[in-house]
Amino acid sequence: MSDLPALLVVLPILGALVSLLAGIRLDRSGWYVAAATLSVQVAGAVAFAADGLSGAPGSYAVGDFTIPYGIELLVDGLSATMVVLVAVVALGVLAYARHAGPRSNRFYSTYLLLVTGLTGMSVTGDAFNMYVFLEITGLTAYALVASGEGGRSAVAGLKYLLVGTFGASLYLLGVGYAYIATGTLNMADLSAELAAVGYASPLVRASFAFVVVGLFVKVAMFPLHTWQPEAYAGSPDSVSALIASLVSTVSAYALVRIVLTVFTPEFLEAVPFARPLLAATAAISIVVGSGLAVAQTEIKRMLAYSSVSQFGLVVAALSVTNATALVGLAIHLVGHAVMKGGLFLAAGLVATGVGGRSVSDYDGLGSRMPAAAAAFGVLTLGMVGVPPAIGFFGKWYIVVGTLEAGAWGLAVVILLSTLLTLAYFARLLERMFFREAPAGAETGPADAAVADGGEGHDVGSGSSADSGVSLGMVAAVLAAALLAVGLGAAVPAYESALAPTVEVLLS
Amino acid sequence: MIDVLVDRAYFVVAFLLLGIGAHMVIGDRNLVKKVIGLNVFQSGIFLFLIASAYVTGASAPLLSEPGPYVSPLPHVLILTAIVVGVSLTAVALGLIVRIYGEYGTLRADLVSEVSDGE
Repeated sequence: MSDLPALLVVLPILGALVSLLAGIRLDRSGWYVAAATLSVQVAGAVAFAADGLSGAPGSYAVGDFTIPYGIELLVDGLSATMVVLVAVVALGVLAYARHAGPRSNRFYSTYLLLVTGLTGMSVTGDAFNMYVFLEITGLTAYALVASGEGGRSAVAGLKYLLVGTFGASLYLLGVGYAYIATGTLNMADLSAELAAVGYASPLVRASFAFVVVGLFVKVAMFPLHTWQPEAYAGSPDSVSALIASLVSTVSAYALVRIVLTVFTPEFLEAVPFARPLLAATAAISIVVGSGLAVAQTEIKRMLAYSSVSQFGLVVAALSVTNATALVGLAIHLVGHAVMKGGLFLAAGLVATGVGGRSVSDYDGLGSRMPAAAAAFGVLTLGMVGVPPAIGFFGKWYIVVGTLEAGAWGLAVVILLSTLLTLAYFARLLERMFFREAPAGAETGPADAAVADGGEGHDVGSGSSADSGVSLGMVAAVLAAALLAVGLGAAVPAYESALAPTVEVLLS
Repeated sequence: MIDVLVDRAYFVVAFLLLGIGAHMVIGDRNLVKKVIGLNVFQSGIFLFLIASAYVTGASAPLLSEPGPYVSPLPHVLILTAIVVGVSLTAVALGLIVRIYGEYGTLRADLVSEVSDGE
């Protein structure tokens, strides 16, 4: 087979280098390099997905070293989904960042390196290689969070770094335990060797606990989520959209990969603490995350706590480990990434248009910025799980999966979470569409009437004021809203394409 | 009890370092000391893995040496992990320089007090 899986990881690195070098001569050329790189990346990712989603899962040996001694890259439905998701969301956020900034070439270099890290995490089939990509993702995410102006983003970045490194180190320690127990690092090989060592071995059990808790930090499960609200709220809008939609998502994918491919469902059956650890963390995250989201007054912090709760759903689906729940998990990962990314972009758009970042600033937004408010409304309803948006299908499959597994308590918590999600989004909808705009609200940084449509600005000229709303920004938000609704139609086809992968993961 | 600990002296030290590092990251108010704590924590993990590769009476993994050899793989892995650790430290110190320039202090409690007021 072709070298596509490796090229997908290498291409953004090359783009990052070109962007950095071009910055020496041409200031602000970074965006064009990133756009070109990511366009090629999307094309490659689609070709990769055509491979991964058709037929049985395959693999690719890096440098032709014999597996399990060399690094293996996985080509299956789940990794293909993540690769496409990363490439498409990165390109979409890039359309937003064109005008919203940050604009330095160094920013776009880091941006592309983050894409490398995320793509690498998605395709790798080697537990230590996963650590390296986890740290590449982490390092670039810390740098991007800190790329905002002022002290707040630097403090948020440092906090993220301290907590995130702690999580990655725990993961490394867990992989070390597994290595000491088995002497191998290849995921497929590890699962056979761990079974041979025996699931009763304290080494194997400690390895599971360290790896899972380490990845919980990266996914931001309660109570290990403390880095997340500040990291999302303190960073520039384009960065918070990119990180909120991708970094936790791909970390959750890594958790699924490690738990199902390395430790296998038999481990969850054999070890009494494994399944309750996942299920209890999931349930607590769902409830507490929603509760904290209701209490927030800053929009981006509210969205961050909403992520804590939504990833609770993903881990809940993982804990029941059946085919229906796994399909729901994959759908919810994609749906959440699109919707949460779109919501952060919409929040940025509103902040640029009318200058408000708190819940009370959204009064009467429906008349001040109709397009942004409509997109925001569609995305929030999708997040709550109103059909036909994709958020509905993810939750539906997960609930059916938990019922099939007989996990009634978990099913109740998930249904309750829908109400809780409604609790924090409904007050925004009410403010946007059923309240009058406060007097004098039109004096935002940009004229709302012009800002909303975006036609008043010529994107190519680049001469308009820095604080204005551009066509690219509006287009990115509307595209996310349309995708959130449109992807629902693709669910049946996706489910059948994912079936062979799910079968292998659960065997 | 003592014998068990002496036999595993390397592991005991590695986990002491883990504990000390974790305590520094969480307990110390100075941002630079938090980063030092993070380094100590990571060093604990590195030493733990390196110690696991040791085989009593074995020689270095060179073709010119007679076997049996100690396991070379953990050394290579940890070399990578050390590189990652150095980059992390560099980014962390860069951020701390920015924070100090902004707030004029390295104490985490004062920084959060000032930045909450924004």
